Amino acid sequence: MSFFEKMFGRKSSADSAKERLQLVLIHDRTDLTPAELDSLRDDLIATISRHVSIDAQAVQIDVEHDGRSQRLVADIPLKAARHRTRRTK
Amino acid sequence: MPAQVITITSGKGGVGKTTTVANLAVALASSESKVVCIDGDIGLRNLDVILGLENRIVYDIVDVIEGRCRLKQAMIRDKKLPNLYLIPAAQTRDKNAVSPTDMNRLIKDLRADYDFVLIDSPAGIERGFRNAIAAADRVIVVTNPEISAVRDADRVIGILEAEDKGPGSLILNRLNPRLVKNNDMLSPEDVLDLLAIELIGIVPEDENVIIGSNRGAPVAYDPKSRAGQAFRNIARRIKGETVPFLDLENQGSLWERIQRLAGRK
Repeated sequence: MSFFEKMFGRKSSADSAKERLQLVLIHDRTDLTPAELDSLRDDLIATISRHVSIDAQAVQIDVEHDGRSQRLVADIPLKAARHRTRRTK
Repeated sequence: MPAQVITITSGKGGVGKTTTVANLAVALASSESKVVCIDGDIGLRNLDVILGLENRIVYDIVDVIEGRCRLKQAMIRDKKLPNLYLIPAAQTRDKNAVSPTDMNRLIKDLRADYDFVLIDSPAGIERGFRNAIAAADRVIVVTNPEISAVRDADRVIGILEAEDKGPGSLILNRLNPRLVKNNDMLSPEDVLDLLAIELIGIVPEDENVIIGSNRGAPVAYDPKSRAGQAFRNIARRIKGETVPFLDLENQGSLWERIQRLAGRK
């Protein structure tokens, strides 16, 4: 890495290789493309919304890995239930 | 004790599988073990030239499988190491001439008389690769610290796990310590973090590897070569010894080391 790259904070080539590999390996290992992950997210929101009110904008779905095993992690914030707020009044 | 059957594979071509097989075979056979290596790359025979045995081939693996010769007739004894043998690949046949069942049968006949059977897998994840892993007790995945080689290694490790051949162990070949130091090459830590399998060796980039191939004398014979040392260390680890990894930081010419000591580099 040259002096100028360091000055302007450009990422080292080894770091970009590692980051790109991390993303590509998740998809290689799970067979999930980013588009499929999006469609899974939409299905999940639709299904859960039928039972409980959720904040659809804030739903986060990620594939995390621990060693060689992958897990799908969903963070789904619930909206405060309306009838409960009514009761507390 | 029956032979341990070790397959060397990689997914991507050109990462140094054949060189690794030749060097491990030489290193293991130099330390008294009886070793047979099998070139599993039907149609693209190469292990013979790397070992310097290309002029001695009469029969090949397909001749054995199709019954044109006995197993012993296709085993070429090394010139320098009397307990090292090569079973060459067929050059004029395609990879479908051999099946996983054929490989299992052939290797079953070798197990009793040798300590190690090393199988050089072809690149890819098709028939030749399936043949090469069919009889393996242990699989070693060779990769380079390079984006496409690491990606393909991950695919192969995934297949090995699905086939119950374990995740295997990893050889990181052709590491350039200077590039790693400048953050322009994936470090061993990066690669292990990504692939999450056991490391069995790191082989530094070393021009002596090419010189050895040119002469048909694998670099493991060269007592001064760092790559040769790395391969000899891997052979000892295969035999169960605990050997520390090479200190790659100290690589370089004497002059570079003096400069470093003087704090100029």
